[in-house]
Amino acid sequence: MLTATTLTVTLSHTTILHGVNFTARPGALTAIVGPNGSGKTTLLRAVTGEIPSTGPVTLNGHDIRRAKAWELAAIRAVLPQATPLAFPFTVVEVVRLGLASGIDAARHGIAAQALARCGLQGYEGRLYQELSGGQQQRVQLARVLAQVWQPVAQGHPRWLFLDEPVSSLDIGHQLLVMQIARDFADAGGGVVAVMHDLNLTAMFADSVALIAEGRVLGQGTPAAVLTDGLLTQAYRCRVRVNTPPAAGTWLLPHAASLAAE
Amino acid sequence: MVALPFARSMPGDRSARAAMLFWVLLAALGLTALLSVGTGASGVSVPQVLGDLWAGQPISTRDRVVLLDIRLPRLAMGVLIGAALAVSGAVMQGLFRNPLADPGIVGVGAGAGLGAVFAIVLGGLLPASVAAVAGNHLVSLAAFLGGWASTLLLYRVATRRGQTSVATMLLAGIALGALAGAVTGILVYLADDRQLRDLTFWGMGSLAGASWAKLLTAAPLILPALALAPLLARGLNGLALGEAAAGHIGLPVQRIKLLAILAVAAATGASVAVAGGIGFIGIVVPHLLRLASGPDHRWLLPNAALLGAILLVLADIIARLVVAPAELPIGIVTATLGAPVFLWILLRRRGMMDL
Ligand SMILES: Nc1ncnc2c1ncn2[C@@H]1O[C@H](COP(=O)(O)OP(=O)(O)O)[C@@H](O)[C@H]1O
Ligand SMILES: [Mg+2]
Repeated sequence: MLTATTLTVTLSHTTILHGVNFTARPGALTAIVGPNGSGKTTLLRAVTGEIPSTGPVTLNGHDIRRAKAWELAAIRAVLPQATPLAFPFTVVEVVRLGLASGIDAARHGIAAQALARCGLQGYEGRLYQELSGGQQQRVQLARVLAQVWQPVAQGHPRWLFLDEPVSSLDIGHQLLVMQIARDFADAGGGVVAVMHDLNLTAMFADSVALIAEGRVLGQGTPAAVLTDGLLTQAYRCRVRVNTPPAAGTWLLPHAASLAAE
Repeated sequence: MVALPFARSMPGDRSARAAMLFWVLLAALGLTALLSVGTGASGVSVPQVLGDLWAGQPISTRDRVVLLDIRLPRLAMGVLIGAALAVSGAVMQGLFRNPLADPGIVGVGAGAGLGAVFAIVLGGLLPASVAAVAGNHLVSLAAFLGGWASTLLLYRVATRRGQTSVATMLLAGIALGALAGAVTGILVYLADDRQLRDLTFWGMGSLAGASWAKLLTAAPLILPALALAPLLARGLNGLALGEAAAGHIGLPVQRIKLLAILAVAAATGASVAVAGGIGFIGIVVPHLLRLASGPDHRWLLPNAALLGAILLVLADIIARLVVAPAELPIGIVTATLGAPVFLWILLRRRGMMDL
């Protein structure tokens, strides 16, 4: 279980998150959505212990501010929004960076399997810096997946924190990556993903937290949170949510809504 | 297909190549060492001396002095300082996540030099008790402190939110170098005749003054710095992903940064203190090795130590041969060969980086 209560983040003397409550449970895919600059990345960075914050945050019952870096690394992996890489590592070397200890046969296997899972078999020997943006994003996902390869370890769930994991992918790979996250959750792990695409969110998420201006407007099932009223309030444009028969929730951007403002 | 238990040569895994390179470099260092011991102004023949030893004949005092008191300490110093320069370059590049970071280029060498000049000119002002304890190590120690302060300052200035800007780093390095130069100038102005002579000898930047005593002042700083390197290797690999991601994969980022800065300052400070400024080894060696076998610091650091030692000993041989029986300062040799390589690196990177 991940719980953050009255979480407040102040960076450079600006309060970015104002006492938000946020929870995620293992076995579920929890999405964080909201407009640009609303504080999604900041929320993710606070609950992964990357930046200082106030208000209790626990992951699997551990206080994340007391836990050591290696203790957290054993139970959760984080995919940042962008990961610059300093030196010309090969793809497989990048994936191995995420593996905690020495190289053994099993870990060789995990790196290869994680790459295959992300649709990158045959890319092992390529230089990371010579890949396209979308391919690099999937290499980073493979690195993160390799770090917490078993969704449940010694009876405890492990966690994936993903910041816009599909932002530079084509629709085929968007579905692939969302399915990887879905499978991780279905196998008992926890997934927290910052999302921009509300349709993918409605399709794959079990729980959605909607953020605007550093406050959580609501957290609940996609059907409860992705509503005309809340979305229009959060994104400041008119949004109409449609539900075609027997197909769950889906949304379309409405060019007309801008004109109507 | 079932994964083989020892699936060593997976595509993209360059560790086998790096390991082979290690043994090749080790052998090459052995050959270079023999060449160095056998080269010099006095015509001592190493094979003949070894033959005499083998036959149980005594070697002449002259040969013994030339080999044991002149050439061997000079070789040992070349190896130690070459390794120190190359490893501190590689560690600094890993810390700054930038292949252009080099203690000599970004002002850390100048800071260490300032420390050394401080010690030479103002060392006499220290209370006798302190001076007695520091003794011969005073110049090395001061160079280490100067190197440490400038590395720390540079890191603070050039790094924002875990990212280092190349432009800021190089510009801050220029400013730092200029400042150190100016303060050095003031100190030189204040120095008396005896201190000026010490400064001149120190500033010549060569291995010519090598002695076992000098080696003893450098080794206590350089050897621990080299010993830290293996501890840093995994951390520097992780830092390639940025500070935040390095923390997420479980690395103690603050401790790694602290150790890296200490290692760079110790290795740079000690080598500047005993051999003056020797440029470009720290930037050329790691760059060539990354091209040859990849940037994994677990192999890059030991291989850099070996290649740095080889190149500096070779440069020293060249310095002794070109204008024999006189000698060139070794810094001139490394700069003549290294500066074009540095420009070539810049040209190669121009297209893809934010320079
Ligand atoms: N280190 C920082 N210092 C000051 N302000 C920041 C910092 N990081 C983010 N912000 C601000 O916080 C707000 C939320 O940022 P972020 O969480 O990255 O938004 P997003 O929801 O798009 O991921 C933005 O207004 C951003 O400018
Ligand atoms: Mg963001």
